[in-house]
Amino acid sequence: MPITARTMRTRRTAGTVVLAGVVALALSACGVTSATNTEATDNGPIDSLQVMIPNAPGSGYDVTGRAAVKVMDDLGLATGTEVTNLAGAGGTVGLARTLTETGNANFLLMMGLGVVGAAYTNEGDAKVADATPIAGLIEEAGAIFVAADSPYRTMDDLVTAWKADTANFAVGGGSSPGGPDHLLPMQLADAVGIDPTTVNYVAYDGGGELLPAILGGKLAFGASGYGEFLEQVKSGDLRVLAVTSEERVPVIDAPTLTEENIDLVFTNWRGLLAAPGLTDAEIARLVDAVTAMHGSPEWKQVLEDNSWTDAFITGDDFSTFLSEQDARVADVLKTLGLV
Amino acid sequence: MENLTLLIEGFSNALTPQNLLFALIGVLLGTAVGVLPGIGPAMTVALLLPLTYALDVTGSLIMFAGIYYGGMYGGSTTSILLNTPGESSSVVTALEGNKMAKAGRGAQALATAAIGSFVAGTLATGALVLVAPFIVAIAIGLGAPSYFALMVFAFVAVSAVLGSSRIRGLASLFIGLTIGLVGQDLTTGQPRLMFGQPLLSGGIDVVVIAVALFAVGEALWIAAHLRHGVPPTIPVGVPWMGKEDWKRSWKPWLRGTVIGFPFGAIPAGGAEIPTFLSYVTEKRLSKHPEQFGHGAIEGVAGPEAANNASAAGTLVPLLTLGLPTTATAAVMIAAFNQYNIHPGPLLFQTEPVLVWTLIASLFIGNTLLLALNLPLAPLWAKLLRIPRPYLYAGILFFATLGAYAAGMQTFNIGILLVLGALGYMARRFGFPVLPIIVGAILGPEMERQLRRALQISAGDPAALLSEPVAVVAYTVIVLFLVVPPVIKAVRRRFGRGGPTGGLQAGGDSDGYSEDTESTVEFDAFGTQTSDGSARVIRVVRPQTERRGK
Repeated sequence: MPITARTMRTRRTAGTVVLAGVVALALSACGVTSATNTEATDNGPIDSLQVMIPNAPGSGYDVTGRAAVKVMDDLGLATGTEVTNLAGAGGTVGLARTLTETGNANFLLMMGLGVVGAAYTNEGDAKVADATPIAGLIEEAGAIFVAADSPYRTMDDLVTAWKADTANFAVGGGSSPGGPDHLLPMQLADAVGIDPTTVNYVAYDGGGELLPAILGGKLAFGASGYGEFLEQVKSGDLRVLAVTSEERVPVIDAPTLTEENIDLVFTNWRGLLAAPGLTDAEIARLVDAVTAMHGSPEWKQVLEDNSWTDAFITGDDFSTFLSEQDARVADVLKTLGLV
Repeated sequence: MENLTLLIEGFSNALTPQNLLFALIGVLLGTAVGVLPGIGPAMTVALLLPLTYALDVTGSLIMFAGIYYGGMYGGSTTSILLNTPGESSSVVTALEGNKMAKAGRGAQALATAAIGSFVAGTLATGALVLVAPFIVAIAIGLGAPSYFALMVFAFVAVSAVLGSSRIRGLASLFIGLTIGLVGQDLTTGQPRLMFGQPLLSGGIDVVVIAVALFAVGEALWIAAHLRHGVPPTIPVGVPWMGKEDWKRSWKPWLRGTVIGFPFGAIPAGGAEIPTFLSYVTEKRLSKHPEQFGHGAIEGVAGPEAANNASAAGTLVPLLTLGLPTTATAAVMIAAFNQYNIHPGPLLFQTEPVLVWTLIASLFIGNTLLLALNLPLAPLWAKLLRIPRPYLYAGILFFATLGAYAAGMQTFNIGILLVLGALGYMARRFGFPVLPIIVGAILGPEMERQLRRALQISAGDPAALLSEPVAVVAYTVIVLFLVVPPVIKAVRRRFGRGGPTGGLQAGGDSDGYSEDTESTVEFDAFGTQTSDGSARVIRVVRPQTERRGK
């Protein structure tokens, strides 16, 4: 089994110490030999890199985080990488845990817009600003989805009906209050002159629960990332009335909100934070590793496979971006009385 | 017919020596990791996914199928032997399975679970081939009102496991519902019963609840009674299923499949409710209802079949709609993306070879799993020969490990101990444990669906009857509630005892029948310890009182 053996060496991606043990045991039984990959960066590979996913396996953060880890592993930018899922409170639990890792230069947290919002709605002490910003990786515009047989053909139809009977107009999203799918319809309502506090938002537990509700016509519309239901859009089961990016996205034939005369641009994004209390050199080392990962053709392939938009920023730019996002989210949630 | 041709083609792709080896590795790894409590199939698949990256698409799908079914099956082994369910879908298996194990029938419990999983997995995978598009059309039509009605149905079925003391059963149920309330409300973000502890915001993991109540509660109970002398080592009986076992297992396997598959196929179905419903069904239909709570083989065969059928069922929305209904399915989508394959409504058309190879791999994985686990069952069962003090120390170790692994939080261990103390108290004072778990599983889901239904209809309760499935479910509930009392009344008129009256000594060699004759014992999972190793608190009530109900 040469192939399996090779896999073992490059990826000891284990969620728990126990599991690492079991997997290692199981695989050493398969005759695994150990070898070292030596394609190092200037600083050498980051040894025993821990990446925390503040969400369940299979979630957006998980897919992004594991993809990033795989590329870093393959490139030899990090060795002995360990991925841990620590779900809870919309990512706040993972964030809080990150903040306890003060001074740990081999620790990264996968996070995004949802974690920023959840940090507010959960009223915890953990704030995104307390962690060390490393890099923004990707962004994903939102989209307004309706079922194929929905009466709404354009955003105009939809907004007219929404304004006429806001209370009966059920809007669904795959996140709890404070998450991206919740923030999107709220900001959209605000932009078209509907009081966001009157919006009838139905929270679903992720895209998997949301999709059948849209397909079955239970909701007037669903808000989610545009890549979430790409296959259903291609097959014609769902229609996209608008995407929320600044410019049209290549894979979906739908106008932007701005084209539909709605003054709103909304993008969800994901990035990496590190623990607090790192030296400049330690931060630079992590940023360099992530930058090298971003520059690789492997990462480009990952972006393409998942229909993610590259939105790579590091350093001060990312810090500024984070505080802007923070302020904007706080603003929306205050309007809604959720903070 | 066309499907069959494609399936045969799928088999010809999958059945190469190299691929079979991958399937075997997958099954072994999946089982190994699935055995660890607190690490469910989703985590198993996510952890082992990187191993498949280096393979070609077919090889990786095959290994993946092995990991998937292996992980599903592994959870039931610890459930049966150690009373520590590895995942929420094998909680019900622990009820009868562990009782069987303690009575020296662990090998039979493991065997019926393995064969049941195989039968159900194979039949359900077959159903996947034949009826997937048809089921999906129905599944999409189900909205919150239908789900709510199904939850109400499951809730009514709880009455069957409340035990002989209704008031204790209901108290347990409400404790469970209260535990289910803990966490952040999904609709409004309101914290409930969190006591300012953000780690509680996602609620308490069902696996932690089950492991605490079953394993920790029992270990404490045994420890508290050690002064009465060291309990004897658990006997190990014959290693194979007898004729009687087969006779009592095959119908539950089939019924479990029928219950599990549709629940897996509907988007908000999951495996917990069908396993529970299968248990209740078997209890009602069994010729030996009095054995339930003491190791009735039907209570293992049915739920295990339901569990695996539901696992195959989740592939229906995944392959036909690209809809991940469980965390495991979501990880599988990520795995597909790895090869630039995007599951969606067009997958069967765009990647027919791949889909049918996957389906063929599922059959292969399932068969290997049986071939691997059936001979191992008697070996596993010997684990229980470890003297009790060491055995329970091991169980506590596993339970703690599982609770920690479920969330990587020391905090979870605290929860485990608190709930373990609750489990001990429940045994001490004769409160059945199962309703607590059922309450904690059903409560939050039922509330969510009710609120969603009412939210969509802007508060109009008529919406609850707006879907055909909901109407059917409510009709069945009414029949369920009305018909049995009528039958009972008729029977009484003809001078026969009600179905719960007249406890008889079990036909099985469980060896504790004197206990059940001398007292009215708590029907399910209350105070009674099956091996009689501990003294039991009993509330003796005259039989007539029960009949009056």
